[in-house]
Amino acid sequence: MDFLNPVINGFSVVLEPTNLLYCLVGVVIGMLIGVLPGLGPAATIAILLPLTYGVEPVTAIIMLAGIFYGAQYGGTITSVLLRLPGEASSVVTVFDGYQMARQGRAGTALGLAAIGSFVGGTAAIIGLTFLAPLVASFALDFGPPEYSALALLGILLVATISSGAKAKALIAAAIGLLLATVGRDMFTGESRFTFGSLQLADGIDFVPIAMGIFGLGEILYNLEERHRAAKAPSKVSNVWPSKGDLKQASGAVGRGSVLGFFLGILPGGGATIASMASYAMEKKRAKQPERFGKGAPEGVAGPETANNAAATSSFIPLLTLGIPANATMALMFGALLIQGVTPGPQLVEQNPELFWGVVNSMYIGNILLLIMSLPLVGIFVRILRVRAAILAPITALITLLGAYTINNSMFDVTLVVVFGVVGYLMKKFGFEPGPLVLAFVLGELLENSLRRSLLVFGGDPTGFLTRPISATLLLVFVLVAVLPGIRSLIAKRKGTAAPAGATNKIEEKV
Amino acid sequence: METTPAVSAGRDGSSAFPSGGDARNDLPEALTPEQLAAQWEAEKPPAAGALANVGSSLVVLGAGAGALILSVAMGLGTPGAPQPGLWPFMISCAVVALGLFQLILGRRNRDGEKFTRMSFAPLTGLATLAAMVALMPMIGFEIPALVLCIIWMRFLGGETWRSTLLVSALVVASFYGIFVLALGTSIPRLF
Repeated sequence: MDFLNPVINGFSVVLEPTNLLYCLVGVVIGMLIGVLPGLGPAATIAILLPLTYGVEPVTAIIMLAGIFYGAQYGGTITSVLLRLPGEASSVVTVFDGYQMARQGRAGTALGLAAIGSFVGGTAAIIGLTFLAPLVASFALDFGPPEYSALALLGILLVATISSGAKAKALIAAAIGLLLATVGRDMFTGESRFTFGSLQLADGIDFVPIAMGIFGLGEILYNLEERHRAAKAPSKVSNVWPSKGDLKQASGAVGRGSVLGFFLGILPGGGATIASMASYAMEKKRAKQPERFGKGAPEGVAGPETANNAAATSSFIPLLTLGIPANATMALMFGALLIQGVTPGPQLVEQNPELFWGVVNSMYIGNILLLIMSLPLVGIFVRILRVRAAILAPITALITLLGAYTINNSMFDVTLVVVFGVVGYLMKKFGFEPGPLVLAFVLGELLENSLRRSLLVFGGDPTGFLTRPISATLLLVFVLVAVLPGIRSLIAKRKGTAAPAGATNKIEEKV
Repeated sequence: METTPAVSAGRDGSSAFPSGGDARNDLPEALTPEQLAAQWEAEKPPAAGALANVGSSLVVLGAGAGALILSVAMGLGTPGAPQPGLWPFMISCAVVALGLFQLILGRRNRDGEKFTRMSFAPLTGLATLAAMVALMPMIGFEIPALVLCIIWMRFLGGETWRSTLLVSALVVASFYGIFVLALGTSIPRLF
């Protein structure tokens, strides 16, 4: 029972009125931005980072986490009703969700998605409760060499699993590492890349980079999008699925929970991949796969369950290893660092209130979201009519004024605008912003542990291979780095032999 | 297994599609996932050409080379006794290598987007943001914010004058309420 004590204490943290309020605020914001196409959870969390300065660390992370998993619920609504995925993780929901809506079963689709999300989310929290302390205790023996290898692998995985060109994502990651070196060198105290500027002497803050590249960059990019006219239906009825629907979807929900949970833990995994994998799996398993794309309830329930389970379980690497598994988790990492908390294996032991407070807040958040997506879904459907043209300047102003409040300085605001331009241009030229921010966050840790390990090894880089864990991680690193190249080479060979290039190309992407 | 590839292809902008672009104009109702992905693809902004790739690769190369020179100037040292420049040197080598790779082998990459007439919108948006940053310390945030709202809603968003003016005034007033009256921040202000 000793193990459960801190877990139960975590509930008393969650039930403090402030934390409950911030949890509610977080999930409502998450639900809203999920419904509104345009800003994703990463951009929203970035823009709202200044809000977290004034509150306790646990409160801040409870709110930010709420935004993240709340967006998974909200993204469903636009997918089903408008055939516009509100979030990338709801893209596959469009296929069967919209077909169900056309058959007059929009309510059922939304209801199934909400229940699936709730089950997936809750199952993942329970999994997290048991798995996270295990991983953390395993990682307690990690030294600098293991951390160097882990950080390298994390950055590489996030860069290679991103949707765009891999070389470009790696470039973004390398630039992120380079930006992290600006400022004072921790070992020698010398200034690097500051060009004599006093404001750069302490390095570039994480918040202006995140707000600029994720937040403002996305706002500017969205200005360019042709605004597709959205015809939102005025109301949705009958959101409570029937027993038959539930029975039909229950297998998909169960499989989605497990699949999502494990895909969420992997670095570079996360909600989007989990939802796609679940859809593919459901279609493969189905007795009549031709029903998919024509309104199969499993095609909605499975992916929606999986994306929520993954969103929740992606907290595990962050909270137990201190390695963010995706860009949104990199923002959480940054938010914790601002608060003076370094996420890592010691977190469960040294900061149990924070750890269990955040984890347990997700139960409350998921219940709140279930209420918002079943009885209160009508309110959010009405919000679909808010036009992007009105939202854009509001979010831009929140970003600028919020950036000012970090240090009460215009320098930060200027930085945000500069990085906003960088973020916009990166999107335009097909460079993913996620790996840059992730690498920036991990840059200091990586350099520190790399240099420490080299000191230990007396400057001999082969020392990394003498320790089993770091050697294994580095081996995986090499495999991940080299495999795609070899596979495309083989594919090319085959492609010249038989012109089946198209299928190879598609398989590579999966 | 046919659906997932279609989705990822629709999102990342490569070409090869089984079903053609006719899905866009007629029959928006009976869409299979493959057709839907093709439709999203057709609605995407046009892909940037080889020039964009060369340009962006050169920028990356330039940044990498610059960092390389600066880090060598900082001193490299040895792995056992590193100088401040060693780690940045290693990263800049990676940047330069990746930039070269992208320049030569990334020619057929179609991830970029062409700048179109629509790209004037973010440019205008950026100009208003820059103006706001420049003017805020002098005349406070209220007037620049109001102007920014009006430009974004009326000219970039195509709202009617009536709703533009109404909403803009409301937005600035509520920002004043939140940031000045409620939170008591020291944002430069006129009133």
